[in-house]
Amino acid sequence: MFEPVQLAKFGVTELEAQHALDRLNVRDVDYADLYFESRTSESVSMEEGIVKRAAKSVSQGVGVRATAGEKTGFAYSDELTRKDLEIAADTARYIANSPKGDSPVPVPTQRRPTRDLYPIERAKAEVATADRVALLNEIDAEARRYDPRIKNVMASFNTEYKVVVVATSDGALVGDIQPLSRLQITCIAEDRDNRQVGSFGGGGRVGFEYYRADNRHLSYAREAAREAILNLSAVDAPAGVMPVVLAGGWPGILLHEAIGHGLEADFNRKKTSAFSSLVGKRVASDVCTIVDDGTLPFRRGSLNMDDEGTPTTCTTLIEKGILRRYITDKLNARLMGIPLTGNGRRENYQSVVLPRMTNTFMLAGESDPQDIIRSVKKGLYAVSFGGGQVDITNGKFVFSASEAYLIEDGRITTPVKGATLIGNGPEILTKVSMVGHDLKLDNGIGTCGKDGQSVPVGVGLPTLKIEEITVGGTQR
Amino acid sequence: MLQEFSSQKDTANGYAQLAADVLARAKACGATEADIVVADGETLSVQVRVGAVDRLTKAREKRLGLRVFIGKRSATTSTSDFTQDSLKRLVADTCTLARAVVEDDVSGLPDATQMATEQPSLDLYDETVVNTETQIDWAKRGEAAAFAADPRVTNSEGAEFDSSSGRVVLANSHGFVGSYKSSNFSLSVSPIATESGTGAMQRDAWYEVQRKFARLASAESIGQEAARRAIRRLGARKVATKRVPVVFDQETAGSLLANLCSAVSGYGLYKRASFLLDKMGQVIASDLMTLYDDGRMVGGLGSRPFDGEGLATRKNTIVERGVLKSYLLDTYSGKKLGLPSTGNASRSVGESPSVGPTNFYLVPGVKSPQEIIGSVKEGLYVTELIGFGINMVTGDYSRGACGYWIENGELAYPVEEITIAGNLKQMLKDIEVIGNDLVFRGRIASPTLKISEMMVAGN
Repeated sequence: MFEPVQLAKFGVTELEAQHALDRLNVRDVDYADLYFESRTSESVSMEEGIVKRAAKSVSQGVGVRATAGEKTGFAYSDELTRKDLEIAADTARYIANSPKGDSPVPVPTQRRPTRDLYPIERAKAEVATADRVALLNEIDAEARRYDPRIKNVMASFNTEYKVVVVATSDGALVGDIQPLSRLQITCIAEDRDNRQVGSFGGGGRVGFEYYRADNRHLSYAREAAREAILNLSAVDAPAGVMPVVLAGGWPGILLHEAIGHGLEADFNRKKTSAFSSLVGKRVASDVCTIVDDGTLPFRRGSLNMDDEGTPTTCTTLIEKGILRRYITDKLNARLMGIPLTGNGRRENYQSVVLPRMTNTFMLAGESDPQDIIRSVKKGLYAVSFGGGQVDITNGKFVFSASEAYLIEDGRITTPVKGATLIGNGPEILTKVSMVGHDLKLDNGIGTCGKDGQSVPVGVGLPTLKIEEITVGGTQR
Repeated sequence: MLQEFSSQKDTANGYAQLAADVLARAKACGATEADIVVADGETLSVQVRVGAVDRLTKAREKRLGLRVFIGKRSATTSTSDFTQDSLKRLVADTCTLARAVVEDDVSGLPDATQMATEQPSLDLYDETVVNTETQIDWAKRGEAAAFAADPRVTNSEGAEFDSSSGRVVLANSHGFVGSYKSSNFSLSVSPIATESGTGAMQRDAWYEVQRKFARLASAESIGQEAARRAIRRLGARKVATKRVPVVFDQETAGSLLANLCSAVSGYGLYKRASFLLDKMGQVIASDLMTLYDDGRMVGGLGSRPFDGEGLATRKNTIVERGVLKSYLLDTYSGKKLGLPSTGNASRSVGESPSVGPTNFYLVPGVKSPQEIIGSVKEGLYVTELIGFGINMVTGDYSRGACGYWIENGELAYPVEEITIAGNLKQMLKDIEVIGNDLVFRGRIASPTLKISEMMVAGN
């Protein structure tokens, strides 16, 4: 059963936390919080057939924040004494520069997150290094067995075990234990002078047993090897505007870049997003409904509560093509007078809270994926992607395919080399003409960067067809 | 005024003693060799937006990283908790981890004879403390200058002034102890310009980073340049798909050098994951290209007296007139390739060494950027690249771009929502002109470059 997280884990009493919050409670401060975090990260990695490296890191600290109007004062410390809390509080409240407030900070009422999305796994987070080593050895053997042209296999297994407690000036004292793990495999294939790379991976808020279940780790190894071998026969990608069919799952990175970032409340409050003032307007075709859902069990982007102690939710961003809602943290929800969606996230105690995505995906449509491909005379079918990026202000986004094929006369034909796709966020989804009934979430490898902060996220997509998008290949 | 954190005062000597204690404990636990990094730092960051303070961040932190070898097995750990109990546990954990991995014949510290014997002062540290009010003032003036520069600057992502300083101590079981302090001061301004008719917005930014506060350009000049860059993007459009010459400005040319830098890094090479595999001594680029990596540049943003393993840094010739002369190596990747380290071990606390550039730059040519643009009849001038469409194994390159279309040697109009594509192996050889405008804004610096032809995809 779920045990509420105690501040005692950090050697801090409730009274000390209360005292620090009280110190932050000057007149012009609207909100303040303390974020205690302890994180243990472990990794093992292999290359050239041997597990060469093992690493472990431990960090612990507190982030202290006060907001006043649009201003945020923030300090952090890796020492957790009463004195350090006080100094951090004095730094954070500096932005308010006003005398002591009239009303006292409410006594925090201990409460627990309303749900437990990643139970069981917690107990199993501790796994002997030898077992991890064995896992990687089996992966290496499997990838090389797939094809003798696989000349190197690089694999890494990373786990993170994070304990957080948030104490807020609005009376919450709430904690969570957030396990996270990821297995990542890269294969190099060589055929004479032709060398190619293939990658695959997966994970989530899951324990070690997840990777061995149904020999999942071996299927990852075969996928990475398959992509590398496939790319040996890939031809140069085409250049120009054409129809593109995206496969389900990880290609959902399209939504993350084209739509998701532009709907984060901070950019819209500041009116620096291409989506500012588009709520209620059409930004996608009516076959598109897109949600951000932090409540899916065991997913990489899921959280019982966000980093301000707000329970995560499933937020409908776009409903049948109409923009419905931005994703918010407390500061931006308050300043904009819009609902709190539980998307206030931070990389660690050293970073400030920003509105961030959790798991962002498009709901299934009605088309048969085969029909979608058959409907394209000449275009591109993109199955897997590397990273993507967006310019929030002008809405232009890119994402780069790592496995793609030509579609000719309704049939998937030749594999093509990776190419970057570029489009305009507020426009691209209006060009989605067909959405498959095959919604798939990604395997749990996504990491989103914003303002120098990385947080784990998920994406998902059914097979879909974009009538036209610019493909950045080299061939006419 | 803000108070200082009180509980973490320490000195290089204190850290050296701490390091010696941990090394001794590691030895007692069975480590045959070990090294340790201790780093601390203070930062103050001020963000101003539309004339008011948006965010103020202040912190002081410290971290310790330990690497042990038990014979040919090794592991790495780190912690921010310097208490005796925590460090005891760290040493024990590290030794346990090391025993769990496989023997790696090549692993180990560099030879004792290779350690840096002198640690020159490279003028990396400025003791100037820029107080909160001054930082706020700089950020406000930078942003105000951007707003004042043109009425079309209507909004702002803000202006940020950061100052940071810190110390690194590296020690190993050969008896090496090295230490240096460094500092950074930076101002960036990110204005947003709006086109009057359409309401379409464009953001751009300008910034400067210096080791010495006194060397920063004025806040006003940085704000004005940021505004100029945002304004000139207004009205950007797509262009038709075609092959044309492409001119990279300093910033985007620097990103090409960063790609080249990864390709000559020892780790990518021994894993056979670089498009420059087996190219030592061969022509890999245009004969106009000569490239250095200089770890000893006085006041340089990438300078350091010794590398992440304690070897002396130096000036390496990476490419000379288009011929690949040296990789970037640390001890491990060097041994894998049968070569000595080039003094390029880079070390983040808690990770085993990797390879990184120090001050990695392309020797400038004689043509001004205007002359280079003037030499293009029809082509693209790239000022920003987005996305990650670079395959380091094959050199395949495809990235989102924006900039200006060049017609008859003039910047005709801004362009966006296009990609540029090619293969880095060919692109390096197709460098036709190198500009005279080398400026260091980071560890990697390039003058303006012209590539004779790339595929631009648009309409």
